[in-house]
Amino acid sequence: MSILCDKSTRLLVQGMGRVGRFHANLSIEYGTQVVGGVHPGKGGSEIDGVPIYNTVERAIAATGADASVIFVPPAGAADAILEAADAGLPLAVCITEGIPAADMARAKTAIAGSGMRLVGPNCPGVVTPGQCRIGIMPAAITRPGKVGVVSRSGTLTYEAVDQLSRLGMGQSTCLGIGGDSVSGTTFVDALALFEADPQTEAVVMIGEIGGSAEENAADFVKAHMSKPVVAFIAGQNAPAGKRMGHAGAIISGGKGKASDKISALEAAGVSVSRSPADIAATLAERVPTLRS
Amino acid sequence: MNVHEYQAKALFREFGVAVPDGELATTAEEAESAAKRLGGEIAVVKAQVHAGGRGKGGGIKLARSPQQAREHAEAILGMTLVTKQTGAEGKLVRKVYVEGGCKIARELYLAITLDRESERFAVIASTEGGMDIEEVSEKTPEKIHNVLIDPVLGLSSWQSRSLGFKLELDGDQVKRFDRFLSGLYRLFVDKDASLIEINPLVVTEDGELFALDGKLNFDDNALFRHPDIAALRDPEEEDFLERAAAEMDFSYVGLDGDIGCMVNGAGLAMATLDVISLSGGSPANFLDVGGDADKDRIENAFKLILRDEKIRCILVNIFGGIVRCDLIAEGVIAATESVGLSVPLVVRLQGTNSVEGRKILAGSSLAIESAETLQEAADKAVAAAKRGA
Repeated sequence: MSILCDKSTRLLVQGMGRVGRFHANLSIEYGTQVVGGVHPGKGGSEIDGVPIYNTVERAIAATGADASVIFVPPAGAADAILEAADAGLPLAVCITEGIPAADMARAKTAIAGSGMRLVGPNCPGVVTPGQCRIGIMPAAITRPGKVGVVSRSGTLTYEAVDQLSRLGMGQSTCLGIGGDSVSGTTFVDALALFEADPQTEAVVMIGEIGGSAEENAADFVKAHMSKPVVAFIAGQNAPAGKRMGHAGAIISGGKGKASDKISALEAAGVSVSRSPADIAATLAERVPTLRS
Repeated sequence: MNVHEYQAKALFREFGVAVPDGELATTAEEAESAAKRLGGEIAVVKAQVHAGGRGKGGGIKLARSPQQAREHAEAILGMTLVTKQTGAEGKLVRKVYVEGGCKIARELYLAITLDRESERFAVIASTEGGMDIEEVSEKTPEKIHNVLIDPVLGLSSWQSRSLGFKLELDGDQVKRFDRFLSGLYRLFVDKDASLIEINPLVVTEDGELFALDGKLNFDDNALFRHPDIAALRDPEEEDFLERAAAEMDFSYVGLDGDIGCMVNGAGLAMATLDVISLSGGSPANFLDVGGDADKDRIENAFKLILRDEKIRCILVNIFGGIVRCDLIAEGVIAATESVGLSVPLVVRLQGTNSVEGRKILAGSSLAIESAETLQEAADKAVAAAKRGA
């Protein structure tokens, strides 16, 4: 078991531009079933052996796809999310960075009730090690195992996964939920999925400054999690009022500070690593039996 | 992106949001003739800088004659205005806005923003205008009224009426408030604002409503579809390194330390600052070179970091996902050669094509300290910076 995707996942790629194509190929090499691409106007052709369709609806009818990864540029990305939801896909993972916040607020409201889970935007995607790669993660650093990883960051997720693999702690699924102000999947959603997944025995959660997703996660851990959770919060030294790269990473009006998030998580029984270099070591200490 | 008060007010006017008459002036003479044209008993001369707290810092002055408006403008233009938001170095005032006065009966607070918790647009209003709203929120939270707006449905008239009555406005004033707020909401949506804040929104003795101040921020991610808004950017108001970074499409935030950082990904960049600090060093900057960093971008990133004179060491920390480490390595070499790097360089490459990347670095004749883990990279950078100090 795992969460969100496995070897049976049939993946569509919305937006087969340079980046979409590069990563579709890496996913295919990893063993992911990339069954089609959606590129309006190029339907009927093939790109790198992947059949291309004009719409998501046609692609699903022809391929039986049950997930999509979105590489569409910012101006059209929210539209691509709406198209995926309308076509009845159960999962869409949006990699695109730089989508206007209002577009995402509207899209998230519009897809509520559609039954589609959105991951992202502005995220690295999802990898279930040894089975399926959706997005842009360097899957070679992952190992199959029992640790669920969820993160607001891209490269910092890779850092944590790499540390885990080096210490012999494999992962059930690695999930990047994205660094924007409006995200399809929150920490709470991801924790609930990992709690329900029999393969997952512990969770590593990587948060950052801005918003209150980590505080909400702390409440959830306290009330609903039986599995151990280890966390790191990036931006302990970030100045207030400055946007640290991610659209959502900003301390404003005294809210969203790393110290508040760390306190909330520790009060909920989460082990918080102070240094990003010690994320896996903190987990190994908390659950020594995970190492193999 | 921030704009000046005078630019915000021009947009308010365009969307039917009532503001007092006013004119921009860049010289004392212009300020005097603006006050003459405005013609009222009083005029207000307001420094135009991107910072709050201008009044307390001496950047806003009341004039009782055009002559006095001229004197105030003379004093304010060219001054370095220090407020709680400018930092100790302050901001040079290049422009003033001369505005007609009005007889104020009440001061209210009104703002629109995206509420991250509910993922909806939020209108925030209070009867306690003209004060620090965070303080009001802390001490008397019952005086802050919040209305959440479905981003698909938009603002309904009953919502603004209901808010108007909560602000203790009378029937006629509520009608004006409805027009005022619906104009403001259209501006927020049509121009992709991220924050509109009016503090104070005044009710005059005649029962009119005016935006006396106006703060307007825009969503940087949406500027591509608003060239008119993008054109309002005032480069003079931005830190020169942050401005240079923005022109290169980098995320950069200047800090006080001596270790220059070049990282791919915002989360890893923040974590790199954290690990440097925990290892006893002090980072000079946050710099995310982004997902599609090629040779030219890396070279630009080096040049950008080196413009900061405090730098004693540079730490390159790349975990390759979209970015391939072999390209980073080529970029590092090209940049080091073209810039003639004089400070120690620590490079850590991990992820996609990292083996090829490290091979390329090892094959060059450059004196680059290589590191494999984050902790090793931080330790080497901190030691190198101390040697150079």
